[in-house]
Amino acid sequence: MNRKWYAAPYGVWMVIFTVVPFLLIIYYSLTAGDGGFTLSNFQRFFDPVYIKVLGRSLGIAALCTVFCLLIGYPAALFMTDKKVDRRGMLILLFVIPMWMNFLLRTYAWLTLLESNGIVTKAVNAVITFFGGEEIRLLYNYNAVLMGMIYNFLPFMILPIHSVLTKIDRRVIEAAQDLGANPFTVFIKVILPLSVPGIVSGCVMVFMPAVTTFVISTLLGGGMKLFGDLIQQQMITTGDWNFGSALSMVMLILILISMFFMNKFDNGEGNIM
Amino acid sequence: MSIVEKEHIIDLVGVSKQYDGTEVLKEINLYIRKKEFITLLGPSGCGKTTTLRLIGGFETPSAGKILFNGVDVSDVPPYKRKVNTVFQRYALFTHLNVYENIAFGLRLQKLPKDEIDRRVNEMLSLVGLRGYAKRSSEALSGGQQQRVAIARALVNRPEVLLLDEPLGALDLKLRKEMQLELKNMQQQLGITFVYVTHDQEEALTMSDTIVVMNEGRIQQIGKPTDIYNEPENAFVADFIGDSNILQGEMVKDRLVFFDGRNFDCVDSDFGEDVPVDVVVRPEDIKIVEPKSGMLEGVVKSVIFKGVHYEMVIETAGFSYRVHSTSMHPAGAQVGLTILPDDIHIMMKGANA
Repeated sequence: MNRKWYAAPYGVWMVIFTVVPFLLIIYYSLTAGDGGFTLSNFQRFFDPVYIKVLGRSLGIAALCTVFCLLIGYPAALFMTDKKVDRRGMLILLFVIPMWMNFLLRTYAWLTLLESNGIVTKAVNAVITFFGGEEIRLLYNYNAVLMGMIYNFLPFMILPIHSVLTKIDRRVIEAAQDLGANPFTVFIKVILPLSVPGIVSGCVMVFMPAVTTFVISTLLGGGMKLFGDLIQQQMITTGDWNFGSALSMVMLILILISMFFMNKFDNGEGNIM
Repeated sequence: MSIVEKEHIIDLVGVSKQYDGTEVLKEINLYIRKKEFITLLGPSGCGKTTTLRLIGGFETPSAGKILFNGVDVSDVPPYKRKVNTVFQRYALFTHLNVYENIAFGLRLQKLPKDEIDRRVNEMLSLVGLRGYAKRSSEALSGGQQQRVAIARALVNRPEVLLLDEPLGALDLKLRKEMQLELKNMQQQLGITFVYVTHDQEEALTMSDTIVVMNEGRIQQIGKPTDIYNEPENAFVADFIGDSNILQGEMVKDRLVFFDGRNFDCVDSDFGEDVPVDVVVRPEDIKIVEPKSGMLEGVVKSVIFKGVHYEMVIETAGFSYRVHSTSMHPAGAQVGLTILPDDIHIMMKGANA
């Protein structure tokens, strides 16, 4: 039997669950409720209310990506250091949360950050000790950002870690040999060589972050992100045409950002 | 050579190195003279690369000292040492082009732009890569990458250049060319070369001095001709060129017994009736008419090697490997003669 038939089940799956829904979204986004062709769904998107939500989504996703990079890069670097004992254990600790459903992980934060939660109590204990007023940790922008960083951090660490482990030890020694101290070695060799990992890490964090909706619903206390908007149109309002148009906008934005990120990347670690 | 030129640039004094309890270097004592081409030669795992890495600063000795121009540098990190290294399989910076690879060291020294430019171009012509400056280092052939690696190290004008099996990944013809080129560069620039290889032919071709190593110990230090003609023990004899190594007994001064009879030889001071290793080079055994030689044998196999034939000739007590330009077919009865000068006597198990 020809080997290409092995992929037939997957092909059928893809047509039913990816290609057809995608075509449907395009169809709905370009039609009005009565089925006639229209661009009004896209025109409606340019309402400042929706632009503002999109801006907020892009902003929080960008912030989340930056924080993940700032936390994740040193962590990946640390996990690559051969002198660190039990590196395998460390990597496992980062990966284990990924094995759990992300709703569970987010609900866990809900418990931690609520006014009787252990984190809130600890933080407020410190604040009141220094004479400050108690604060609320849940149902605000920071809680959403926190939840997003927590959920997406492994997607930053893993690609960077995998690129870092592939850097030839001798290339680093060659730089030392040519007069580079440890800091210069990092700036002039390790960092540039790990750019492909940084790029794919950023893409893998930014894309799910920009479409986030459950985290904002649970931790944000009514805060609306672009993902929430799409969900609202599709499920609550039942306006599939406008919801599809918003999805298309999202898709185009993602494609554009991927295009730019791939430009930075020179062939290795490509995600497209 | 004047006395000044013979000055030591590097001294290894009682240097040992252990990894996780295994001793890979055992009390190495070695000095390297200025402008010398010195080769560390031995089988894999003999400690030659570890010795080089100790000189480069990538390892610190477990015991002993490393002196550079008489100053102890044992704990000085690599980026502060005045040596540069050409690494096995080149280790080029793949994110930089050829020019930037070579300029790497100079940029770190913060030299003015025009000087960097002049010196990089100088190096590009020295290694025959003019016009390749803007190429990506990954788009080069193995031989070209090797040249970039050499240029990248030499452009810093190190006092000592360390080379870790630099030609190992190249094909035979290219390797032979590069051997000559490296030797020329070394003489032209007057830099000390410390070269690591497991290829005895390469070592004999290029070196002023060869250091033969095995199992973490130095077996012999000497000029190529000395190492080849006067191996100090059976290991060196076996590793450098093919050798016939026989069990023998020193009867008295200048008389040795092996393969069923006594032979005149030139060695003395071993004592009387002492067991020894007897080494005879394949090209030193003369094939003569049957009955007119010292030994009688039968040709067991013949292999054509280009310049000579390699034959295995079996006598009553030993299978000799013999090189000769005249061919004797398998099965032929021959006589063998060995001259006293060509019999090398070694203490049994000395160092090996």
